[in-house]
Amino acid sequence: MASTSPQDAAPGRQVGLTIAQKRTFWAWGFLAVPVLFYVVIRFYPTGNAMVLSFQEWNLLGDRTWAGIDNYRVLFSDPVFWQVFRNTFVYLLLGTPISLVIAFVIAYHLDQVRFMHGTIRALYFVPFMTSAVAMAWVWRWFYQDVPIGLFNNALATVGIAQIDFLDSTTNALPSILAPAIWAGLGFQIIIFMAGLRAIPRTFYEAAKIDGVSTWTVLWEITLPLLRPTIVFVVVLSSIGFLRIFDHVFNMTTQNPGGPLNSTKPLVLMIYQTAFDSFDMGYAAAQTVVLFVILLIVSLIQLRLLRDR
Amino acid sequence: MTTSDDLTVRASSDALLKAAAPPRKRNLAQFIRWALLFAGGILMVMPLAYMISTSMKWPWEVYEIGLIPNEPTLENYTYVLEDGRFFSWFINSLIIAAITTVSSLFFDSLVGYTLCKFRFRGRYIIFIAILSTLMIPTEMLVIPWYMMSQSLGWLDTYWGIMFPGLMTAFGVFLMKQFFETVPDDFLEAARIDGLNEFQIWWQVAMPMVKPALAALAIFIFLGNWTAFLWPLIVTTSPDLYTLPVGLSSFGDEADVAWELIMTGAAISTLPTLIFFLIFQRFIIRGVVMAGLKG
Repeated sequence: MASTSPQDAAPGRQVGLTIAQKRTFWAWGFLAVPVLFYVVIRFYPTGNAMVLSFQEWNLLGDRTWAGIDNYRVLFSDPVFWQVFRNTFVYLLLGTPISLVIAFVIAYHLDQVRFMHGTIRALYFVPFMTSAVAMAWVWRWFYQDVPIGLFNNALATVGIAQIDFLDSTTNALPSILAPAIWAGLGFQIIIFMAGLRAIPRTFYEAAKIDGVSTWTVLWEITLPLLRPTIVFVVVLSSIGFLRIFDHVFNMTTQNPGGPLNSTKPLVLMIYQTAFDSFDMGYAAAQTVVLFVILLIVSLIQLRLLRDR
Repeated sequence: MTTSDDLTVRASSDALLKAAAPPRKRNLAQFIRWALLFAGGILMVMPLAYMISTSMKWPWEVYEIGLIPNEPTLENYTYVLEDGRFFSWFINSLIIAAITTVSSLFFDSLVGYTLCKFRFRGRYIIFIAILSTLMIPTEMLVIPWYMMSQSLGWLDTYWGIMFPGLMTAFGVFLMKQFFETVPDDFLEAARIDGLNEFQIWWQVAMPMVKPALAALAIFIFLGNWTAFLWPLIVTTSPDLYTLPVGLSSFGDEADVAWELIMTGAAISTLPTLIFFLIFQRFIIRGVVMAGLKG
């Protein structure tokens, strides 16, 4: 420790290093292990996946070059287009629905004092659960009579039972519902923080002018909430584009649902890689997912810049 | 060590949550608003209530809609835990989530601090490079990770499950933001007192960002506790499954005993729920901090 005292480290005079040099030395010492980690565990695998997407490999033999074959096969595969469509249905249904529900709840909860914390906690609790555990709970709800809760409830009021998970039309929304449910709490909390960050003076001015509640909402609250809305939209879009846990665990006997009707891109990647061991083909699918996510993120940056 | 900045961080996030709401109106509309919100909240926790209720029902009562079991029993819990599999999955999840959380907190804050408080060539490039990894989806990395694990003999080991999660780019970003609130004067004073750079970080700077560390710890622990895709891929022997992977493995069994599945789901959910109920204010503040900073 004596060596780091100011006298010893006086710039230029000592045989040792200057303060600035010593600090640089420390900085690189601190960064050595993390930089190695990011290079070996993040960057190298990213490059590896991209290279692999142009190769053919079944985990056992050699990696052989295939050019753009994987991509050509992928884009001419009807299952891929089904999966692509499903993935965007998850996104295009899930994001607006969860956004509207979360905003409406946050907006009203913001104005409620009595038991505020308790109600907030009720909405937030599902966010703390694991998707696998909740997939099982909802899967049980969706079972046929006499097992499933929903169909039992319908039966008691005399409504014919609904085929939730084994129907090509119902399965996807049935899986989407718990995914929306699980993420709502997080979005509500973020919206509430955004609402509280709006300066009160705007509302006071509006009140003096005698503006209606609706006008305040449309002209003041929503425009000023724009950064929060963009943040929630992007986070939830990325979440729905990467949906996997719910789908995989609610349709285990037949992953991807009847006739692939619920299969999202990540499940297709998982099956191609770890059921069929077609690693190059799976890598090509991950590159497609990466590009989709990148485009979504770039749109976000664009929206934020236009603010 | 409580400092003014510690309090500033705390006060600013509290202010976001506590800022005065519009003046309350005690009228019918306000009551209806409250009642609807409360009903909605109850609806939100119904799946969890049913999970817990079913985990305390006898097999012959499972198919009844009633939420309150006629003869509540903990028999399912005894059965599931005595089976041993769930117990070891629980321990696996706990160990893996604990180690990855400690490791991430250590490295994320060390890197965040270095990138915030040191001036050296390449600093900006390293920050951008680390941040850019947030754009890379895990799904793209699992195939190369699997190949790497296979050739290094990491498949089906604790280390294999843990290694990708030892550091997080989001944590680096969050901690860098929070170290901005630590004044350089404090660090300079410590330097004059003869502390080395590591000691300054650990003994002076770290205690000043405790709220951020707590928020990050909750996020990372929860993320690792519920992680599914990578543990599913890397583990093959049931002894090494984490709770989500173990729970998922029942999907292949033809005959599902729903009361036992609900017990398993409860075992993997209750710890985080209890944790949430105890540290509720703190966790919600953490979500707000992380959300606004991220």
